[in-house]
Amino acid sequence: MTIDWSWIADHTDDLTSLTLSHLEAALTAVLLGLLVSLPLAVIAHRVRPLRGFLLGASNVLFTIPSIAIFVLLLPVSGLTRTTTVIGLTVYSLVVLLRNTVEGLDSVPVRVKEAAKAMGTRPLRTLLTVELPLALPVIMAGVRIATVMSISLVSVATYIGDGGLGQLFTDGFQRNFPTPVIVGVVLTLLLAVVADALLVALQYVLTPWKRRRA
Amino acid sequence: MIQFDAVHKRFPNGTTAVHDLSLEMPEGGVTVLVGSSGCGKTTTLRMVNRMVEPTSGTIRVGGRDVTRQDAAELRRSIGYVIQQGGLFPHRTVLDNIATVPLLLGWNRRKARARAAELLETVGLAADAGKRYPHQLSGGQQQRVGVARALAADPPVLLMDEPFGAVDPVVRTQLQDELLRLQKELNKTIVFVTHDIDEAVRLGDRIAVFRTGGHLVQCAAPEELLARPADDFVAGFLGAERGLKLLSLRTLAAVPQGPAPDSGTWTLVLDEARRPLHWRSADDAERPVRPLGDSDSLLSALNESVASPTGLIARVDADGELTGVTSRDDILEHANRAHAELGVAA
Repeated sequence: MTIDWSWIADHTDDLTSLTLSHLEAALTAVLLGLLVSLPLAVIAHRVRPLRGFLLGASNVLFTIPSIAIFVLLLPVSGLTRTTTVIGLTVYSLVVLLRNTVEGLDSVPVRVKEAAKAMGTRPLRTLLTVELPLALPVIMAGVRIATVMSISLVSVATYIGDGGLGQLFTDGFQRNFPTPVIVGVVLTLLLAVVADALLVALQYVLTPWKRRRA
Repeated sequence: MIQFDAVHKRFPNGTTAVHDLSLEMPEGGVTVLVGSSGCGKTTTLRMVNRMVEPTSGTIRVGGRDVTRQDAAELRRSIGYVIQQGGLFPHRTVLDNIATVPLLLGWNRRKARARAAELLETVGLAADAGKRYPHQLSGGQQQRVGVARALAADPPVLLMDEPFGAVDPVVRTQLQDELLRLQKELNKTIVFVTHDIDEAVRLGDRIAVFRTGGHLVQCAAPEELLARPADDFVAGFLGAERGLKLLSLRTLAAVPQGPAPDSGTWTLVLDEARRPLHWRSADDAERPVRPLGDSDSLLSALNESVASPTGLIARVDADGELTGVTSRDDILEHANRAHAELGVAA
């Protein structure tokens, strides 16, 4: 199996736009997932009776195969980017919800009590004490969700989207390995770079975790 | 002043934490709540800033019913210190201390300036301000906790076993600091502990609680040690309560005489007349721990027992020898103190 380097050189523009499109789908899904999971996680954390239901329901979502989700969405949003993003959002949501609830649970009771006793109201406590302290666990979820979404985008090739995934179908159909290899390498690169950037972001956001006494 | 009037607290699970409590905690004084665990002392403290709501009865701080005030605003007006400080791990020491001023809407600059000032007040170096709590020792964290409680200069301070998690040496230091601070600041302090020695040391008044949330006795430390209300209080104070009483009396009124310059043992002084040690006729040496007027009869007795002559060396503020006092004089004084107070056996 040899790589046809000239094919790569001839298609740099296509590869760039596919990579960007791939990244955009994955990141939009993670951001939407965060937006939806955050309030749900706060509810699951605060309202004990709803906790089991929310986490259970999200776990059920996770068991649906990704292709099935796209197919189920077809009557709603058709063969569009929207379908891709909704599908991916569902998966990142599950990971983010679980981690955010876990992160909120990990905040020491003593610290929350102290915030309350100082006269901090609940919303401010959530925003300035609980979420920052939950951040390391939430970020662990964001990293998993991001890498997972980047790898899942390709599945949306079946509904005509799929970013770099299109290189796989192209390569298979023509029995021409170069696009497949390039697709795999670019997907991997995207995942690794995105993950490294998230680690850096977490470092910036959690200054208290840096120097150990 | 903090007033509890017929306050009752029953938890949803049916346990009574505080039973019909009426108690006044005087303004500018330290009221210590003591008792074994589960006696309701912490619940009592937490009802003052509404961390726990009473089932019935009223609690007034400065004459105002606490339940008629906005809980968050009330809490900002009351300092709160808990074990290990309960510091925010993600905020620098300075920002921890500035918590309440920022909640009160001070601008960040002013709040930080106030926090820096408080670092000094509680005896921490200025460079500790930029650190995070986990980079400090337990004792330092506790000091930050005190500074944070003092930040908005509240008239009332609630301290829930604040020194429970530090070693005995640091604990004594922190107690000394608190006494020093209190002399300057004159806060109304409510202090919870299960350590009776800490209570005797810090309290202007001590309230002893019994399991089930009953207040058994509330009195000044001397009164409590001299005349415990019942066997429970006597038992809680321990078998050495007579000696503990001596820890509250100072040496000031005990007479002193000149140091012996001949005999088996003589007191050796340095050129500034500060006692160095005891020396015997055959050149053996024994240590001496000089005491000042503010030291207690208990330490005097302790020192006299350790001294080879039964004499203690008395010094002034500069450490210069003023005279010696015999064990007999100390004992006689101790005896008189007990008789005066009518100490019950």
